[in-house]
Amino acid sequence: MTDLAHIRNFSIVAHIDHGKSTLADRLIQSTGTVKDRDMQEQLLDSMDIERERGITIKANSVRIDYKANDGEMYVLNLIDTPGHVDFAYEVSRSMRAVEGSLLVVDATQGVEAQTLANVYHALDADHEIVPVLNKIDLPAAEPDRIKQQIEDVIGLDASEAVEISAKTGLGIPDVLEAIVTRLPAPKGDRDAPLKAMLVDSWYDSYLGVVVMIRVMDGVIRKGDRIRMMKAKAIYGIDKLAVLKPKMVDIAELGPGEIGIFTASIKQVRDTKVGDTITHEKKGCETALPGFKPSIPVVFCGLFPVDANEFEDLRAAIEKLSLNDASFSTEMETSAALGFGFRCGFLGLLHLEVIRDRLEREYDIDLITTAPSVIYKIHQRDGTLMELHNPADMPDLTLIDHIEEPRIKATILVPDEYLGDVLKLCQDRRGIQIDLTYAGSRAMVVYDLPLNEVVFDFYDRLKSVTKGYASFDYQMTGYREDKLVKMQILVNDEPVDALSIMVHRDRAEMRGRAMVEKLKDLIPRHMFKIPIQAAIGGKVIARETLSALRKDVTAKCYGGDATRKRKLLDKQKAGKKKMRQFGKVEIPQEAFISALKMDS
Amino acid sequence: MPTHSPNSLRVALPENWQIAGFGLYIHWPFCAAKCPYCDFNSHVAAHIDADRWKRAYLSEIARIGSETGDRVLSTVFFGGGTPSLMNPDTVADIMDAVRNTWTTANDFEATLEANPTSVEAGRFAAYRQASINRVSVGVQALNDNDLKALGRLHTVKEAMSALDVAHANFDRVSFDLIYARQHQTLAEWRAELRAALELSPSHLSMYQLTIEQGTAFGDRFRRGKLPGLPDEDLGADLFLLTQEICDAAGLSAYEVSNHARPGHECRHNLMYWRSGDYAGIGPGAHGRLSFQDRRYSTETELAPGRWIESVEASGTGELSRQILSEEDRDLELLLMGLRTVEGVDPRRLSKRHRVDLRNESLLDLEYIKLDSDRIFVTPRGRPVLNAIIQELVRQT
Repeated sequence: MTDLAHIRNFSIVAHIDHGKSTLADRLIQSTGTVKDRDMQEQLLDSMDIERERGITIKANSVRIDYKANDGEMYVLNLIDTPGHVDFAYEVSRSMRAVEGSLLVVDATQGVEAQTLANVYHALDADHEIVPVLNKIDLPAAEPDRIKQQIEDVIGLDASEAVEISAKTGLGIPDVLEAIVTRLPAPKGDRDAPLKAMLVDSWYDSYLGVVVMIRVMDGVIRKGDRIRMMKAKAIYGIDKLAVLKPKMVDIAELGPGEIGIFTASIKQVRDTKVGDTITHEKKGCETALPGFKPSIPVVFCGLFPVDANEFEDLRAAIEKLSLNDASFSTEMETSAALGFGFRCGFLGLLHLEVIRDRLEREYDIDLITTAPSVIYKIHQRDGTLMELHNPADMPDLTLIDHIEEPRIKATILVPDEYLGDVLKLCQDRRGIQIDLTYAGSRAMVVYDLPLNEVVFDFYDRLKSVTKGYASFDYQMTGYREDKLVKMQILVNDEPVDALSIMVHRDRAEMRGRAMVEKLKDLIPRHMFKIPIQAAIGGKVIARETLSALRKDVTAKCYGGDATRKRKLLDKQKAGKKKMRQFGKVEIPQEAFISALKMDS
Repeated sequence: MPTHSPNSLRVALPENWQIAGFGLYIHWPFCAAKCPYCDFNSHVAAHIDADRWKRAYLSEIARIGSETGDRVLSTVFFGGGTPSLMNPDTVADIMDAVRNTWTTANDFEATLEANPTSVEAGRFAAYRQASINRVSVGVQALNDNDLKALGRLHTVKEAMSALDVAHANFDRVSFDLIYARQHQTLAEWRAELRAALELSPSHLSMYQLTIEQGTAFGDRFRRGKLPGLPDEDLGADLFLLTQEICDAAGLSAYEVSNHARPGHECRHNLMYWRSGDYAGIGPGAHGRLSFQDRRYSTETELAPGRWIESVEASGTGELSRQILSEEDRDLELLLMGLRTVEGVDPRRLSKRHRVDLRNESLLDLEYIKLDSDRIFVTPRGRPVLNAIIQELVRQT
C-alpha cells in the first residue's frame, strides 16, 4: 500500500523499432527490479512471436520501486502496450489506466505514423507526456531537428525532451527522474467504495484467468467478494499480486495502484475489458465509462492441410480463444477444403500471429484462405446480409447493391517516395483527403476501401518506400461500390478457398495477376492444367500450366541409393503439405501467395 | 554355398540379391583436381603413401571376404575420385587378393574409371595386366571450351588418343559425356553427340549436368553466377534428342543415362539397379549385404584420413551397418530398378499391396506398363521418372 503522492503510472508510446521495449528493459534493469542474471531482451514480451518479430502484442505491466533524487521511494507502474495498428484498441484502453506517457522518438528517424496514432491515444486519455529522444549515441542522430519536428507535427513542447540511448543506458537516470518530477501522481479516495478498472485479462495455464486492474478508489484485498458491474458476476479474490514482472503476492491494492488478481474465472470471455470492479456489498454507485468491445474486421478461413487434424485444430482454437477474446470463430465447410473455421481478426498482423501460433504451438499445418472484410449486401427483398465469406455470396439476381467498409489512412513518408505512395493509394481505389508537409516528410491522408488494405497494402508500402513510410488507419464507415465475386478454377474446378470479392473495374487485373501467380505456385503435374479466373460464368483470365516434362535423376548408383531413398521420403512428406483439388495438388502457401500483388 | 533362408522358398525365387549377383566397389578418393560440378567424395592430396593405402584395401578385402567368401563374385568396380591415378602395382595386388578371396563368375567384369590424360592412358596396358577388363573414361565433352568450363584437365585431342589406347587394351570401353551444359543449344549437342557416335563406342554414359549443393557450381548457381543452364523444357528436349540419336545408332538406353550395344551393358551397374548385393570399401563407400532374411546398408568413414586410421586401428573402415526395413527395401528396389528398361519384378516387393502398381493415370498416360512379371517405365515416362516413382509409392 503506497500513498498516492509516491505512485506514478505511465506507458511508453513509440513507433515500431524506436526502442520502446529496450527502454522498458533498461528501466527495469537499472532499478534492480530484475537481477542482471535473469535479464533478457524484450522482457515484457513473453510470447515467442513477440520476441521474433520485435513487437508487443499483449499489454503487460511491471511495478518498479525507485528511490528518487529527493530521497523518497516511489512506485512506478509501467503498462507496456502494443504499437501496431491492429492492436490500437488495446493501446487506447491501457492508456486509460495510467496518467502519463513517455513519448519515445528515434533521434535518427523522427516522428512516424504510429508515433502520431499512439500519441493521440495518450492525449485522448489526458496524459502528461514526456518526450524522450532515443538512439542519441548514433552518428545520424539529429536531436534538434527531431525536437522541432515533435513541436511542429504533434504540438508538444520538446525543449525539455530527455536525450537517451536505451541501448547503452545513457540518460536512463534522467528518464526515471522525469517520471517522478514531471508526470502527475494519480488521484483517488482510499475511503470511498472500491472502484477498479479491468485493464486486461489473460489465461495462465497454472492460475486460470488472470485479471489486471487499476484501482481508482477504495481498497481491494485478498479474499474480498467482488462484483464485475457489466458482466454482472460475483467472484472471490483468490490471489492478489503485483508484477515485477514476476508475480509477487500483496495484501492489498489501494487507489492509484496496478496489480493482478485471480478469482476462479473460467474463460477470458467472462471478463470484459474496461469493466468496473467493486465490492459485492457496499459497492460504488456509478461504473466507469467502459469501452466498446473490439470488433474483428478481417476474416479468413483456417483449414487443416491434413483433414484428419480438424479435431486438433478445434481444440487449439478453443485454447487460443481462452486467451484472446478479440478473435471470433465459427465452423466453416468448404467444398474443396472440408471442415475448418471462419475466423475474424483485428487486422492482418493479428491474423498472422494467430496462424503462426496455431502452426507452431499446436503443430498444425494450415491453409489460410483469402482474407476478406465484412460486406453489407442489400438484397432486393429489403433484407441486409453481412457477408464474411465470399463463398456465402447470394445469387446475383437477389442483390440490390453492396457496401464495403472504408478507412481513413494516414501515411508519413519522405518526399522522394511521395509519388510512389500516391500511386499505390490511387491503384487501391483511394481518395485523397489531405496532403501536408512537415519538413522533408509528407503526411498523406487517404480514404481507402479496407479490402484493398487488409491483404498486402502494408507490405507494398514498405517495399515502394524502402521501409521509410509509416502507416496507421481507422475505420470510417461503409459505402456502396461495384463489387463482384471472382472465382478461380483450377483444372476446370472452382476452388472456393481462392474466391475473392473485388471491384468490377479491377477484376480483370486481379484475375490475371492471380492466375499468373498460381501458374508459378502450382508445380507442374503429369498433365496440363488450365487455371482460370471467372465472374459468374464468364472467364476473365486464363493461363495453362504445362505438363511436367522432365524430372529424372541423372546419376544413381550404389552409393546414391540411401540418399535418393531419403530424398523420396522427404518428398512424400512434402506432398502431405499439399491439398488435392480433383486431380491437382495445390501447395499450402499458394493460397496466400496467389493474392499478393506486385504492383 | 550362399545361405538360403527358409522363407525364400515361399516365393519361387532365389534370395533377392542373387538375381542380380554380388559385386565389390572400391573407392579411390583422390583426384588431380576437383571438378566444379562433382559432389563425389574426392580429394586433392599432395602426397599419397601408396603402400599404406594398398595395405588398407587388402585388409578391407580380407574383412569382407571373411563374411562373404562363399559367394561368387560377379564384378569389381574401381570408382572415385580418379582410380586411374592409382599405381598399377596397387591395382594388381588388390585384384590378386580379390581372386584369392572369391570365386569369380565366368563373365567376371572388372571396371576402372579413368581420366583421359596422356599420363593415365600410359597405365592402361598395366591395368590390363592387373586383370582389369573394362575401362570407363571420363571424356565429358568434345569441345575444349566446355572441358575448361567443366574444370577438366584434358583436351579433346588427348581424350581421343586416350580412347585409342583404351580400345587397344580392352574389349570393353565406355566413355562419359555431360550435357545440358551452360548455353548449350540443341543443335550443338546434336553435332557433339554425332561426333561421339563416330567413335563407335559400345557403351556410352550421358548425364545431364546437375547442380549439386556443396559444389563450386552449386555456390555459383546460388549467387546467380551460373547463367545459361537449360530450363525444364530445353532439358526435356535435350534428353529426347539424345534418345532419338542413340536409338538410330543402335545404342539404345538400357538405363536413364546409360546406352550400350546389346551385351555391352555395365554388369556392375546393372547389379546396383537390380538390387544385388555389394560390398563397398574405401572412404565413404556404401554397401548392401544380405544375410539370412535381412538386408543391411553399410557405410564407411567418409574422410580419407579417418578411414585409413580406422582400418589400421580397428581392422575395419565400416562406420555403420543398419538393417533396411521392408519399406526401405521396396523403395530402393523401385528407385533403382525402374531406372532400367527391363523394370522390376513386383514379386520381389515385400509389401506389394502398398505400391500402386495399377495407377490409372500413369497407365493411361502410358508412362508405365505392367506385365505378369514386371513393371517398367516406358520411354515416354522415363523423362519424368522421379514423379512416377513418387506417384507409385504415395501410400507407402
